[in-house]
Amino acid sequence: MSGLRLALRQVGYENRSMRRNPASAFFTAIFPLIFLVVFTAVFGNREIPVEGGTTSMATYYVASIAAYSVINACYTNVAMNVAFAQDLGQLKRLRGTPLPAWALLGGKVLHAVLIGLVLVVIVAAFGWVFYGVDLPTRTLPAALLALAVGSAAFAAMGIAVATIVPNSDAAPAVVNGIMLPLTFISDLFIPMQSAPEWLTTFASLFPLRHMAIAVRTAFNPFESGLGYEPMHLAIVAAWGLAAALFASRYFRWEPRR
Amino acid sequence: MWSPPCNVGSTVTTSIAAPEPPTRELAIRVRGLRRSYGDFEAVRGLDLDIHRGEVFALLGPNGAGKTTTVEIIEGYRPRSAGEVTVLGFDPALGERALRERVGIVLQETVADQYLTVLEMVQMFTGYFPHPLEPQEALALVGLSEQAGTRVRRLSGGQRRRLDVALGIIGDPELLFLDEPTTGFDPNARREAWDMVRGLRSLGKTVLLTTHYLDEAQQLADRVGIMARGRLIALGTPDELMGTGGAAIIEFEFGGSEGTPPELPANAIVEQGRVVIHTTEPTRVLAPLVAWAAAAGRELPGLRVVRPSLEDVYLELVARAEEMTP
Repeated sequence: MSGLRLALRQVGYENRSMRRNPASAFFTAIFPLIFLVVFTAVFGNREIPVEGGTTSMATYYVASIAAYSVINACYTNVAMNVAFAQDLGQLKRLRGTPLPAWALLGGKVLHAVLIGLVLVVIVAAFGWVFYGVDLPTRTLPAALLALAVGSAAFAAMGIAVATIVPNSDAAPAVVNGIMLPLTFISDLFIPMQSAPEWLTTFASLFPLRHMAIAVRTAFNPFESGLGYEPMHLAIVAAWGLAAALFASRYFRWEPRR
Repeated sequence: MWSPPCNVGSTVTTSIAAPEPPTRELAIRVRGLRRSYGDFEAVRGLDLDIHRGEVFALLGPNGAGKTTTVEIIEGYRPRSAGEVTVLGFDPALGERALRERVGIVLQETVADQYLTVLEMVQMFTGYFPHPLEPQEALALVGLSEQAGTRVRRLSGGQRRRLDVALGIIGDPELLFLDEPTTGFDPNARREAWDMVRGLRSLGKTVLLTTHYLDEAQQLADRVGIMARGRLIALGTPDELMGTGGAAIIEFEFGGSEGTPPELPANAIVEQGRVVIHTTEPTRVLAPLVAWAAAAGRELPGLRVVRPSLEDVYLELVARAEEMTP
């Protein structure tokens, strides 16, 4: 079987395995919606200023949570999945079979990307139905590009972080410990207009804020252009590339004991 | 004190010096293998030939360099020096063509909890060019009835069998079995042994590592014993146990009954028990039995046993640990 077909097959098995764990599947699907509903309720669905006009808080959150869904599905889930597979000896066993390494990891990444896209669709549909949020039409290609670049980059970051996770017990702490603080300062959950400048500058060093901006621009109903944010996407991509290089150098197949 | 037959040590050198007849192809050939971790040399110059179609057991205490050696042969670890050839390939290169022809059953692997036994096996069939039928592999390990069961509901022994099924699904020429029966109950072990014998009859080469000496004695055509990074003995279980009729004679003896005649010099008398290691059990026993019969008494608890592979192993390893610093 060709490597590509094997990678696609792996996607199927990953998916079957996930669906068989209903708690995991349910919360993966419902998590972004909970954030959307809770944040909109907490901060009030008032009008907020955006580039070119004002939109509802829900519009801001649909875009932000869409970006967050991709980050969560690709970075967090890939990092956890790979860290566990490594610790349980699954990676080592597969390394001993003819399954090419890239097909194994590619299968995991592709599955995560698909999950991320499904979550984006759920969040966007929910926002459209319950909050009357405008969805991108003319800027749809820009939105898809941002989501695609983000998926690939954050999946690479997930694999990179999995290489530094000492064991599966430590995985949630390490994986979330890196990402969660950044989530709060990157304009994803909390609008950062009133935040001190040093904090915004600090957040700009990391890819989350740039991902959020790229997605939000494409979701902005007042966007006059096509909604592309090449500079912000380039920073996200650079992080992905650096992560991929780091992972290819330090990736371990065996459990650390 | 009894020591293992002296041909044991020489078996190692002769098998290296004398080339095997060309009809017996090698599955694994190792020459001068070394592997260091920092200052510690885990494998210190190992030579090993494993023939096609043979079940070979590699034994040794923890820290002997066994796992390192096997993982180098499997392609998981690089070596520091030496040559390794597996089915004509250098395992360090990690070529797919080699991995298509070997099966590896690792010690600790957890299968995907939410897939069924059959799905796990089907997943693995896709990796190999000429896999077994999934049902055939499950039948070989005795898991046919659990085909539809999810992995998380399997017992420990059943999971181990699934590991073996995943190891043989690619119909490998060479199978690595790392402690395949650890945690098995006696019945399951017997069944696992039958399975290995079945693989052997299909002409597969099996490299087995185990801590159960009886398992090696039952299954292996040849046994290699490692200690301190070196191979200290190599031969068939019979060769290692001594073909010269080595035996251990034991009986209870309080001492109040007088001294029996002609106890050999190497007899050990400890806590009322006499243990004699000998290669001439009949000659040693005859005067003892005559003396007991003349005195009209029994030699309580008398047994004459052949030293097991375990006895030989413990003796050889203890000697190797004494000799090497």
